[in-house]
Amino acid sequence: MPEMIRNRAEQAIRKKAAFGPDVDLEGYRIVGTRDEALDLDSLTREERNKIAGSGVDLEEKNRAGTFFMSDDRVLHCVSSQSGLEVMPMATALQEYPWVADCYWQAVPVDADKFTAQAELHFQNGYFIRALPGQRVTTPIQACLYLKHESMAQNLHNIVIAEEGSELNVITGCATAPRIRRGLHIGISEFYVRRGAKLTFTMIHDWGEEVMVRPRSGIVVEEDGLFLSNYVSLKPVRSLQMYPTVRLTGPGAVARFHSVLVAPRGTDLDTGARVVLESSRTRAEIISRAITTGGRIMARGHLRGLQPEVKAHLECHGLILNDSGAIHAIPELEAQSMGAEMSHEAAVGKIAEEEIEYLMARGLSEEEATATIVRGFLNVRIEGLPAELQAQVDRAIEESKQSLL
Amino acid sequence: MLEIIDLWVEVDGKPVLKGVDLKIPRGETHILFGKNGSGKSSLLMTIMGFRRYRVRQGRILYQGEDITHTPVNERAKMGIGLAFQRPPSIRGVKTRDIFNFCNTNGVSCEVLADRFQFSDLLDREVNVGFSGGEIKKSELLQLLLQDPQLILLDEPESGVDLENLEVLGKAINKLLEKYLWRQRAKSGLIISHFGFILNYIEADAGYVLMDGRIHCQGNPRELFRGIQRHGYRECMECQR
Repeated sequence: MPEMIRNRAEQAIRKKAAFGPDVDLEGYRIVGTRDEALDLDSLTREERNKIAGSGVDLEEKNRAGTFFMSDDRVLHCVSSQSGLEVMPMATALQEYPWVADCYWQAVPVDADKFTAQAELHFQNGYFIRALPGQRVTTPIQACLYLKHESMAQNLHNIVIAEEGSELNVITGCATAPRIRRGLHIGISEFYVRRGAKLTFTMIHDWGEEVMVRPRSGIVVEEDGLFLSNYVSLKPVRSLQMYPTVRLTGPGAVARFHSVLVAPRGTDLDTGARVVLESSRTRAEIISRAITTGGRIMARGHLRGLQPEVKAHLECHGLILNDSGAIHAIPELEAQSMGAEMSHEAAVGKIAEEEIEYLMARGLSEEEATATIVRGFLNVRIEGLPAELQAQVDRAIEESKQSLL
Repeated sequence: MLEIIDLWVEVDGKPVLKGVDLKIPRGETHILFGKNGSGKSSLLMTIMGFRRYRVRQGRILYQGEDITHTPVNERAKMGIGLAFQRPPSIRGVKTRDIFNFCNTNGVSCEVLADRFQFSDLLDREVNVGFSGGEIKKSELLQLLLQDPQLILLDEPESGVDLENLEVLGKAINKLLEKYLWRQRAKSGLIISHFGFILNYIEADAGYVLMDGRIHCQGNPRELFRGIQRHGYRECMECQR
């Protein structure tokens, strides 16, 4: 079995991804520097600030667990709640033989060169699991940190919310101060078992020349709920991801919210695909995108295969600079008479009417524009724990200054 | 307070006002009647200074100052306030925020909202999902906070139920300082489609605007009675 997977990976190692600019994998180091301290205490104050910006609290207050990976090494991994397992992926594969059955199940190993690379040059990753019936409402945080120039991270993560459980995971991805170039490949497989609820919040704060290729697959069983929030407000050379959810059991729900800002030189190609494979399943994909000079592709694909499914796709884009571009590609595919699916996309500059309305109340044009942009980014995410919403708000608040 | 001299205005290259002359003395309230598309809203939008309304000819004087080319926000600061007929919705911005922008006199938004049964709407997004009546109320409350000298109201009664009409009438009277007589400093220009507003406020003069021109002026109640009886056709022929 592992050999078969390896063979498939070897055959795909040169396979270009379906979307996004190609990446030369040879141009990055796979093995990190080995001459430093191996714990969180070795992080400088400057590094700590940078990491905090991506929603990771190194004091670990109000966190049920922490996983911290710097380049290719796990620096810290702890669970402080019973019924919650947080461990490095390599350890999980050794301790639980059954984990192999979840490995490369939601994401195909030969999807492209990035999935292949994560198999052939696997470094580590996190394994997070809530045991059946355990409601872990306090967030678990994972930080994936690129500390050295031109490093490649090849990670594989698995998150499992067992039957009737609840999990809230926040992942902060960041580069060390002054690190410009790097490659992050992160395979994430999520399994939401019957009646479970999994919230996954990811905040990105990469460097200007970093290439980012997350590959995620999610399986949601009967009456399960998967909620994803993605925030990327800082410059990154190129980010491309297109997570795919399969709603396999009746009543399963998936919701995606993303807030994207593309500064000049940034290329974001993101979206989500949901396959509504069972009856009464529901899906929602909502994105807010702003370009201040970069390029954004906002994709979305909903496939309704059964009757009584309901799905909505929404993309709103604001162009604040003439050199920026937003391309929204919403796709709806219904294969059943009772499928109810809709989409809404609007891309453009801020409506003059809105600016002048606020100006008629005494605001200057700049103040009016700032107010509208702030409102545009002010996303209330239904079902998101207050602590995570506060984290999202904080990230947005901090970036507003540079945005306007 | 306001003087408009031979005003010609275009919107997207199409003429909407064709030589309007108008004078509103300090303390007076004037009513503007006219059919849909006659240019009533365009006149108010031009007085407020919206960029889409391009002045081709003529002048607008406010308190003796030429404001023909003054930006919207400057006009707002000089004391001109407009209640929109159909204001835009602004997602993510709370109504409370826009109230605070208007509030230059330190009046409590909460107290004001409470008095006008508007408290529940303060934390809603600006105009998103508001009913017709709620929009009108929101606009008037914004003006009460702004406390302008020249009040421009674009159909304040449309879409409002009878019960709320009275509440809005009170707000308008307060805005226009109708409780004062000699010392009254506020002036108003109000667009009315159905004339209901005349039941709630005293107006000093009325105009009928047709095809971008003022065709008739006189006592507002008489004018309105005439329109009710004969329609606007009569105004077309009458050159008072």
